[in-house]
Amino acid sequence: MTDIATVPLVRLQGIRKTYNAGLPSEQEVLHGIDLAVQSGEFTALIGPSGSGKSTLLNILGLLERPTGGIYQLTGRDVTQLNDDARTEARHLTLGFIFQFHHLLPAFSALENVMLPAMMGGKTNDPAMRERAAWLLDAVGLKDATAKKPSALSGGMQQRVAIARALMLAPKLVLADEPTGNLDTRSSDAIFKLMRQFNSEHGVGFLVVTHDPRLAARCDRIIDLVDGQVDSDRANTPAS
Amino acid sequence: MAALGFELTVAMRFLREGRMQTALIIGGAAVGVAVIYFITAVLVGVQLDLIKRVTGAQPHVVLKPPEDTVAPLVAPTSDGTRLASVQARPQRLTTIDGWPALLRETEATQGVTAVAPVASGGALAVKGDASRAIVIIGTDIDRYRRVVKFDDKIVQGALRLEAGDAMIGTDLAHDLGAVLGDRFRVQSAEGASEVFQIRALLDLGSRDLNRRYVYTALRPAQSLLKISGRITNIDVAVDDIMRADEVAARLRAQSGQQIESWIQTNKQVFAAIGNQDIMTILIRVFVTIVVVLGIASVLVVSVVQKRKEIGIMRAIGATRSQMLRVFLMQGALVGFSGALVGTAFGMVLISVFSRILRSASGAPLFSLAFDFNLMLLALSAATLLGVLAAVLPARNAANLDPAEAIRG
Repeated sequence: MTDIATVPLVRLQGIRKTYNAGLPSEQEVLHGIDLAVQSGEFTALIGPSGSGKSTLLNILGLLERPTGGIYQLTGRDVTQLNDDARTEARHLTLGFIFQFHHLLPAFSALENVMLPAMMGGKTNDPAMRERAAWLLDAVGLKDATAKKPSALSGGMQQRVAIARALMLAPKLVLADEPTGNLDTRSSDAIFKLMRQFNSEHGVGFLVVTHDPRLAARCDRIIDLVDGQVDSDRANTPAS
Repeated sequence: MAALGFELTVAMRFLREGRMQTALIIGGAAVGVAVIYFITAVLVGVQLDLIKRVTGAQPHVVLKPPEDTVAPLVAPTSDGTRLASVQARPQRLTTIDGWPALLRETEATQGVTAVAPVASGGALAVKGDASRAIVIIGTDIDRYRRVVKFDDKIVQGALRLEAGDAMIGTDLAHDLGAVLGDRFRVQSAEGASEVFQIRALLDLGSRDLNRRYVYTALRPAQSLLKISGRITNIDVAVDDIMRADEVAARLRAQSGQQIESWIQTNKQVFAAIGNQDIMTILIRVFVTIVVVLGIASVLVVSVVQKRKEIGIMRAIGATRSQMLRVFLMQGALVGFSGALVGTAFGMVLISVFSRILRSASGAPLFSLAFDFNLMLLALSAATLLGVLAAVLPARNAANLDPAEAIRG
């Protein structure tokens, strides 16, 4: 048995990613990333456009495979797993929040939140329905459960997306510019929500952001420049 | 069902979301199914009408005594030498020996629905100055009416054949100048003669038959033909007229008599029916292909439209096979609903056109007969074909790279 405290939630060793390998347009986007993320950390991933933030996030989210290096998720090497095993690991361990909300328009807010549970075969599990309702309540959308995404504002949609990401109680939520599309007030509220789930329920967050004000409110800031970790420092948010 | 809850839910939501698209493709499938129903109904109607007209008053299968054959004095030798010419024997009026037993045996044969003993031969009908060559058919009418349906053939009078009764064709009545209730004399080549009273005038479907056929009871026919107690053939009705040949083969194997089915005696008609069948099968196959391609193309477009949503579902934990099933189910749902709507539409088509398309006699060519088994077959076949049509688009959906799909 490995001591759980010594095993980081995420460990990357020498992660490389090359696009269009073998073609004239071949391009290495990540040049050997070493990184460890502990359970419950609230981390900001910053860096200029084209620095490889999104690629790194996709690799962490098991949506893309690295060209080289080792990725261990909860102590298990996931680089060589087949698609189904990677999907399962993603389903059970990770949550996603995208910049453009990305809810399914044909489903109500409550159903969108329940989707991850439905995929796991719990289509009509009352406990799951209850949890989804509780999550929507927690993100302040108690009265919008039956509404379709098109009837919600951008900020409300992003709240639904947060609730969905938390549905199966993931260990780590990967958020790609979660507030990039929102005005300052909504963006502030969304960020507060994420911090609240972090402190109250111990959910880890890794937030890709352009906004230095948001980064300043995280516990750790990783700066990615040209596919390499330029700096990785602890941060004390000003409260 | 619980295991497929997610896939089914998403499939139905996707279909409901693309309302116009879904309506169009279900409509397309429905038209295809309706056309297949309609073509089938028309073809079956036309064939039955044709067979009815051709067979008319003929039984489906006839048992006759074996023909007198000639045994050549010199048998063909192994080097191929054979007699150049063998004169055929003139055929006497032959009869079936021990017919009551044969009748029972025939009746018990698989596929046979009715049998009747018949004493039949040529004779002359005479009334006043008029005389006509006729075929006398002596039989037991209670049995014979189940072999040949007379109900729609009686123009005047009633179905009745006691001794001394006769039912004759309308043209013969006209030639003899006779009306219902008149008497006329029948003389046989064997020199016997009987008087009959006309109890019914028949329209047997062809002028030739109407001019020649005279139905009487068994006994007077036997005495006219001088074959008292014996019969010349057994007439048989079968359950499936298109398979009369199979019943004939069975009877041939067990009876040792000479067997003729209507298919043998009307080879050309049967060949024409076979060709019609092939045409219908071709139409059905092509309609099916068009429908399958239609469903497939709409689903291919749908996968492209739903790229991002597929990507999100994959990102939040849906497996490839789940995405595959979401689209296979859409195919199944479209096929099933198409068949359901198409069945209703087909029934409407059939009921409308059964009033327009009529046979020569003015009777409807086909009727609206709701065939539950055919509907079950159509529903399951369409569902299966829907799944088949969805295979390619579903594979596209399953193989979508989620990272790429979400990006744009």
